Amino acid sequence: MSGVKLEESAGFDRHTIDYIQRAAATGLYEIRGLGAKRRVPNFDDLLFLAASLSRYPLEGYRERCATKTVLGTRFASKPIELAIPITVAGMSFGALSARVKDALGRAATEVGTSTTTGDGGMTAEERASSKTLVYQCLPSRYGFNPDDVRRADAIEIVIGQGAKPGGGGMLLGQKVNPRVARMRTLPEGVDQRSASRHPDWTGPDDLVIKIKELREITDWEKPIYVKVGATRVFNDVKLAVHAGADVVVVDGMQGGTAATQTVFIENVGIPTLAALRQAVDALDDLNMRGTVQLVISGGIRSGADVAKALAMGADAVAIGQGVLVALGCNSDTYITDGNHVSARDDYAALGTAPGFCHHCHTGRCPVGVTTQDPQLELRLDPGVGAKRLRNYLKTLNMELTTIARACGKQDVHHLEKEDLVALTVESAAMAGVPLAGTSWIPGQGTAP
Amino acid sequence: MCGIVGLLVKTPSLRHQLGALMVPMLTGMTERGPDSAGLAVYTAPVSEGRHKLSLYSGEHAVDWSELLGRVRRAFAEAHEIAPHGNQAVLTTAADPDHVVSWLKRNAPGVAVLSVGHSIDLYKDVGAPADIARRYQFSELSGTHLVGHTRMATESAVTPAHAHPFTAGRDFCLVHNGSLSNPHLVRKHLEPLGIEFETDNDTEAACRFFEWRLREGDDLEQAVERGFSQLDGFFTFLMGTDQELLIVRDAFACKPAVVAETDDYVAIASEFRSLAHLPDIGQASLFEPKPEEIYSWRI
Amino acid sequence: MANLKPVPSAREFDLSRDSLRQLNLYLHKHAVEEGISRIGVRNPDGAHSIACGLDAELDVQIHGHVGYYVAGMNQHASVTIHGNAGPGAAENMMSGRVHVKGFASTSAGASAHGGLLVIDGDSSLRCGISLKGADIVVGGSVGSFSAFMAQAGRLVICGDAEDALGDSLYEAVIYVRGQVRSLGADARFEPMTDTDRAAVKGLLSLAGRSEDPGTFKRVASAKSLYHWHADANQEY
Repeated sequence: MSGVKLEESAGFDRHTIDYIQRAAATGLYEIRGLGAKRRVPNFDDLLFLAASLSRYPLEGYRERCATKTVLGTRFASKPIELAIPITVAGMSFGALSARVKDALGRAATEVGTSTTTGDGGMTAEERASSKTLVYQCLPSRYGFNPDDVRRADAIEIVIGQGAKPGGGGMLLGQKVNPRVARMRTLPEGVDQRSASRHPDWTGPDDLVIKIKELREITDWEKPIYVKVGATRVFNDVKLAVHAGADVVVVDGMQGGTAATQTVFIENVGIPTLAALRQAVDALDDLNMRGTVQLVISGGIRSGADVAKALAMGADAVAIGQGVLVALGCNSDTYITDGNHVSARDDYAALGTAPGFCHHCHTGRCPVGVTTQDPQLELRLDPGVGAKRLRNYLKTLNMELTTIARACGKQDVHHLEKEDLVALTVESAAMAGVPLAGTSWIPGQGTAP
Repeated sequence: MCGIVGLLVKTPSLRHQLGALMVPMLTGMTERGPDSAGLAVYTAPVSEGRHKLSLYSGEHAVDWSELLGRVRRAFAEAHEIAPHGNQAVLTTAADPDHVVSWLKRNAPGVAVLSVGHSIDLYKDVGAPADIARRYQFSELSGTHLVGHTRMATESAVTPAHAHPFTAGRDFCLVHNGSLSNPHLVRKHLEPLGIEFETDNDTEAACRFFEWRLREGDDLEQAVERGFSQLDGFFTFLMGTDQELLIVRDAFACKPAVVAETDDYVAIASEFRSLAHLPDIGQASLFEPKPEEIYSWRI
Repeated sequence: MANLKPVPSAREFDLSRDSLRQLNLYLHKHAVEEGISRIGVRNPDGAHSIACGLDAELDVQIHGHVGYYVAGMNQHASVTIHGNAGPGAAENMMSGRVHVKGFASTSAGASAHGGLLVIDGDSSLRCGISLKGADIVVGGSVGSFSAFMAQAGRLVICGDAEDALGDSLYEAVIYVRGQVRSLGADARFEPMTDTDRAAVKGLLSLAGRSEDPGTFKRVASAKSLYHWHADANQEY
């Protein structure tokens, strides 16, 4: 007896049918938060070669494995000193609530790392709670001012981010509340779309001059970072170095956003794995490894990801989405007075469910993370959030040192790409490491 | 990305100072372009029936007199060579296209940088000040020049990728900016018999103008057509044996400043490069408007 | 304006001899310590970032042409350029006054939050781009895309404007006296009111100019791009 046979089309699958029907209903592209959801080659496809007969492990706990990380040694008189090579990526006040920015600062200070402002400028909360604060200079220049430049510990010139290289920031009207509007010099409730180019410079030859201007304004004290979304990474990193950057930040396509067009997130930019390989090659090509530091971001999730990123040549990572998840993003509960309270109904009201939500752009975050709503933002207690983030960052660091020790390293920065192998041909080619069990790196001939 | 410089002396008595005036202009553009530099100089033309070829041997040295000997054996017509280290100017009474083909087959390590009656071309890798010293730019004399300092973007740092690019006879082009459709332009031109030597976006622009000039446009008409065909940001500075021309795209994101006196017209990406020219305090200073063609004849 | 005899500057820098770093460090730290409020700069010769990041009521007089970002991020200070300015003059200014006696290159007053930028000559493309509350008075004409995405503040143009004036304007207002080759997306002419005329008069006076405020036209945002609307046929 034959039942109903349901055959899905690979090209016109449910997801695609929903997309077309949504476009037909609204006449506007879909906008959402977070990063690329499609499967791309990533750090899961890499494995470590740890201690063997020829390589000796270190004892966990007892034998030291250093994690200290210094960023910005090239020109600045006051480089950034971090206790761990894991930083909090740029996320705006506006995308996130002020309470969240406070929580991020507190946790980062406790574990000895930095946070980064975003497209909305510097809040007093974050400057007060974050011991080391990187201040972004974006195309929009919302809220950008010299007093905050002088208050910052480093300046990050943003050319693009992984979720939307070539696009500008976006914040929908429901999140442009009075405070956000004031900080960004915008009318309340406007659907904000930022510029995609800087207003007063274009191209690396102008960037040389812009970087010098920021150095002059800060009396050459603070490191200047240059952040690019991952596209032509090899060229961009070389140009950023030529232009005078102290630190280069590369954000792969898996990097998140609070709001941008889905079509942008999923179809523009290259995976973090491939971007990292190109960035390190660029620094090696210029013999700048160690002189200019490299921070990689875009879907870094675990201590293993951090370890692999360092092994491939990054000096540090920046984490955005993972940090939000630690605070409660996509959790089915939020915490009030020590109790877990279900948020399932609120997810359902948004048309989603915990584990699937990417509705940051709506401002109705069920767990109070990416919202400006005065009721919803109370669902994230800064003290609780800070503790959870601290726990997450500490766990990442423990995982990182566990792996590093197993590979025989007394310092996590001694991890090297020869400690890695790949599980797939694509990841082997993108990462430039051999396929596990072979000496083959696709595109590079046989490794010695 | 880069710095551009252009200079045309109006007063004949200043021609022998062309190089001396230019060197500080070129080195003033080092921060914009630290990787390589190039220069096209328009000297007194060779006599009727003759042409000059600027040759470059790159990193390996070439025995120029040995090459001259072989050329003389291959061709009945007269030839002379004036060497300057890895660069040399070969003057020929033969059809220059035949000489170029012969060189391609018989001296593959030698690049032909330019062909013309008055143009001499220099290109090399390194800091502009070093290149200026190496080829004694301060001694050069002529009517006008087009120069460039380069920070490599999408193609490699090799001498061949340095600007200026040349085409036909006595035509050269330098470019500050980045074209966004160079590969499409190339795909359009290659079937028309236009040959490319590099993957550089500036060469795409140069060959586009070469095509238009070949089709009978004058330079101004070719530039007009370029506004719709060439996409991206650009400030183009071009030279022919008779004129110097500058044009910027509609967005004018890449800078350019012009200083003009009765004695000269000088062009650079930044005023810094012009600040030490004689009489600069009395010069008329302006920035070219977007999509307008400015040209000066010798 | 009264023709004052030039007061000798209390401190002079010569950039053909002194470094930019020495000058800017002096302006940032030592001028106030030494009680010097008037500083002269000779032979700028197109140098970039001169007098950027100032944060005190200093009076800086620059004699010659400057490069990019003169008086960048200016706060409280008065900077006068007796010559032309390169791109980004007074970019991100917060307060104070910058006066360019010659012409200004692209992106003059970019993203400036407060203070007054006066340009006696022409200003190139993108004058007042991303303006965030400052006032700009241009004695000559401005290039295309001026006041692009200007959010707050006022731009007074005594001459003409080229293409796309006020494209994607927010709440900033433009007053233009001459011809406008084209308006940008969402920008429109609006009638001048007495308040507008008084504002223009005040700004012209601060800039040392005497054009008739009645000869200016007002350009402001139609505000039809503030929100996405599927049926509104919006251009993106």
